[in-house]
Amino acid sequence: MAETPRSFQGIILALQSYWASKGCAVLQPYDMEVGAGTFHPATTLRALGSKAWAAAYVQPSRRPTDGRYGENPNRLQHYYQYQVIIKPSPPDLQALYLGSLEAIGIDASLHDIRFVEDDWESPTLGAWGLGWEVWCDGMEVSQFTYFQQVGGHDCHPVSGELTYGLERLAMYVLNVDHVMDMPFNDPQSPIPLTYGDVFKQTEEEYARWNFDTADTDTLLQHFKDAEAECARILAQPAVDPKTGKTIVMAHPAYDQAIKASHLFNLLDARGVISVTERQAYIGRVRALAKACADAFVTTPAGGAAA
Amino acid sequence: MPDLLIELFSEEIPARMQGKAASNLQKLVTDGLVEAGLTYGGAAAFATPRRLALSVEGLTAASQAVREERKGPKVGAPDQAVQGFARGAGIEVSALEVRDDKKGQVYYAVIEKPGRPAAEIVAEVLEGAVRNFPWPKSMRWGAGSLKWVRPLHSIICLLSDEAGAEIVPLEVDGIKAGNATQGHRFLFQGEITVTGFEDYEAKLKQAHVYLRADERAQMIWHEATNQAFAQGLEVVEDRGLLAEVAGLVEWPVVLLGKIADDFLDLPPEVLQTSMREHQKFFSVKDKTGRIVQFVTVANTETADGGATILAGNQKVLFARLSDAKFFWENDLRVAKAGMEPWLESLSNVTFHNKLGSQKDRVERIVSLARELAPVVGADADEAAEAARIAKADLSSEMVFEFPELQGLMGRYYAEAAGSSLAVARSSQEHYSPLGPSDVVPTAPVSVAVALADKLDTLTGFWAIDEKPTGSKDPFALRRAALGVIRLVLENGLTLPLNDAFAKASEILGPKMRSEETKGFADINDLRGFHHDRLKVYLRDQGVRHDVIDACIAMPGNDDLTLLVKRAKALQATLETDDGENLIQGFKRANNILSQAEEKDGVAYEYGADPKFAEHDSERALFTALDEADRVIKPAMEAEDFGTAMAAMAELRGPIDAFFEDVQVNADNDIVRRNRLNLLSRIRTTCLAVADLTRISG
Repeated sequence: MAETPRSFQGIILALQSYWASKGCAVLQPYDMEVGAGTFHPATTLRALGSKAWAAAYVQPSRRPTDGRYGENPNRLQHYYQYQVIIKPSPPDLQALYLGSLEAIGIDASLHDIRFVEDDWESPTLGAWGLGWEVWCDGMEVSQFTYFQQVGGHDCHPVSGELTYGLERLAMYVLNVDHVMDMPFNDPQSPIPLTYGDVFKQTEEEYARWNFDTADTDTLLQHFKDAEAECARILAQPAVDPKTGKTIVMAHPAYDQAIKASHLFNLLDARGVISVTERQAYIGRVRALAKACADAFVTTPAGGAAA
Repeated sequence: MPDLLIELFSEEIPARMQGKAASNLQKLVTDGLVEAGLTYGGAAAFATPRRLALSVEGLTAASQAVREERKGPKVGAPDQAVQGFARGAGIEVSALEVRDDKKGQVYYAVIEKPGRPAAEIVAEVLEGAVRNFPWPKSMRWGAGSLKWVRPLHSIICLLSDEAGAEIVPLEVDGIKAGNATQGHRFLFQGEITVTGFEDYEAKLKQAHVYLRADERAQMIWHEATNQAFAQGLEVVEDRGLLAEVAGLVEWPVVLLGKIADDFLDLPPEVLQTSMREHQKFFSVKDKTGRIVQFVTVANTETADGGATILAGNQKVLFARLSDAKFFWENDLRVAKAGMEPWLESLSNVTFHNKLGSQKDRVERIVSLARELAPVVGADADEAAEAARIAKADLSSEMVFEFPELQGLMGRYYAEAAGSSLAVARSSQEHYSPLGPSDVVPTAPVSVAVALADKLDTLTGFWAIDEKPTGSKDPFALRRAALGVIRLVLENGLTLPLNDAFAKASEILGPKMRSEETKGFADINDLRGFHHDRLKVYLRDQGVRHDVIDACIAMPGNDDLTLLVKRAKALQATLETDDGENLIQGFKRANNILSQAEEKDGVAYEYGADPKFAEHDSERALFTALDEADRVIKPAMEAEDFGTAMAAMAELRGPIDAFFEDVQVNADNDIVRRNRLNLLSRIRTTCLAVADLTRISG
């Protein structure tokens, strides 16, 4: 077994090299604000269509309502997820997953690892799947999902998706009680940095902005803009008049759907969305995600005949 | 006689589905085998987190050959008819036989079905069962199209007898049946191969898998109670949790852990709920009933005796309970300051878009509770105060986290706010009763608020015309109506529903009224809804349907206490010999009378006079009716239904004698009319007690 990681980044690196060794393309985070690793087009869009796919990546994720000014031991408005997606899901996916736990120092002969029913559903993505939350000694360390539907489309073949909540997992492995105390780099480094050194201040800043400062009129306008732009992009004819090529702009449209989703989360954190409006907003984002999925499956990457 | 062993080995099956899945497997397979002509001695099914297994003993080795003859059309019938007959029988036209029949020559089809070996049938039946298995939710995986609860990995399908075991040739979407399976995920490496059920169960045990869920549950309970007992403690019984935990482990290892002192001040229900819901821990209490430790059940044995596992679980629990304690302390602060912010924030919670916010609703319940207080014997101010804070805890952090603690937390917080005991109790009790067997509150303040809560809900949804239809009852209105019924009956309240609905409707006010209903709940319809619920409720208590109908048809039927008193008295009367026969007499009188009224086009309603009586039986009936009327009228006024009905039952003898001795439709018109008018007296007297026309039989 590899050496047990001693820092947050050590755990990320161990996961990266483990999944690389299992044949995943190690991608980089998507360069947009998202609520979870699933939103990365490498998962949402690539789960669609018939083409085989295998990718792993870290995705910074933002959940404005979870901000606690950096004071809560494990709640953050900005955190990291580690995401693995393999299509079609291989028969030994559970074993592969358990191997990844071993790679970060969780020895199955000492711990109690359990697959506990947890069905996954994303109303904003029009997606659902069946699977488990994985427990290690009673703590949820990952989500394990077999995608059945994304953007309203049945998944054929089915993707297997693994999501690790990196901070929580690392805190457990490194035996740290408060996320801000967690070593970010190796504690033996010339300049040792904790998670708090990196993120404590930004948690405060964003919590203040998310909860009290963000201008709601602007956010609402941006939401409408993203929604309109998404529709406008998808309304373009498939054949590009300039190049004469068929270019369906599924990804640029999907970027707008991602934006709308994050803007909705910000509006939610500002407390300006009522219970009844909530469902309506979620429905609007879902409509965008579905339209993007519809477009993606007409593209070569979406499995359409070239 | 071979035995059959089946195992369907998959990734982890949700605990809540395992038991039902095992019995479904047994039913699908054994029904299929029997339908295909096999018989068997016995069968049993099992489930673990990763497998469903079925053992069938004493299976017949092959199905019997079957010969069936079917008679078809006459020779000379249209070709289409003959072809259709042959097709239906599954044979060629040329294979039809022609036989002589009474009416000429007729085609016969002789269908020969040869016996089939068990293996062939088993393969067919099991494949069908796998493909059509009734999982509550199932999924596809990889590139395949088969559906199972989670990916299915392997199948054992084995027929064994004295000569040995044989794999049943079978393949479902690329999964070939074999004789091998896997043991515990972590405690056993490699495959095990088996020769039959006993071998299977024994080898699984060696491979650290207990096949039987009840055995696992027993081990867990036994070990947990032993460990607790050794420390002078007791495990809080929780059968639902035990069944669930037994479905999460193949090799249960019980670990007893401590709850940090920081959390021992939390209400025991909070500790228990948090531990059960989030961590699936059992609560362990000390002699004084305080929850001081927990039991967690691991799925594995470790070299350190579970120390790492227990430490990890304790740490997770610490974080969970820190949250709970944080909520509790924040909530207590708000409660002690009088709960105003919670009451205010109820205005942000929509109850229903046509019925306003929770705050609007609370205001209505306050008014209604105040109105109802005298009826239930509560102090009006106290009832109003109890209603005012009844829903306050819905805004608390604890109830946001654990919705199942609503009401209970309300009680704790009301106590903290310095409310009277009666008011605090009502915060918890006003939700009750939640079903036919739930305890009904009896404390007057709780009863007032519970009734107000339910009556407001019912009247409100009736006013906006959102009534339950068929199996759809999204606002649980049937349960609310049953709640009203049980609150009234079990507290012996005199609460005419019409008045109660009218009051609730008035309080609801014009702003909540939908256009369709012009804003008013249809009170008659709403009362009918309650009567329907009452019928179901009383039927479960053995009161006959027609008896209830006979009483509902009487005036004052919105007073449920009175209605049920009447129904029970009537049922008791009908159970006597006199009562049963009286019904026959009544019906006979009523039938003759109705026919005559229809024929003559007049109503025979009064004017019966004993002076026209010709027969002793006739005169006796006059006397008996006078006597009955004398008793029944005051008894009914005093709501003494028993006496009234006994007096009515007394009429049985005279009525029977009358019909025995006297012909109603006499030739003499005066005598006939007098007798019909006499029959109408029977009808009037009996109908004053209950609508006996509705009694069947």
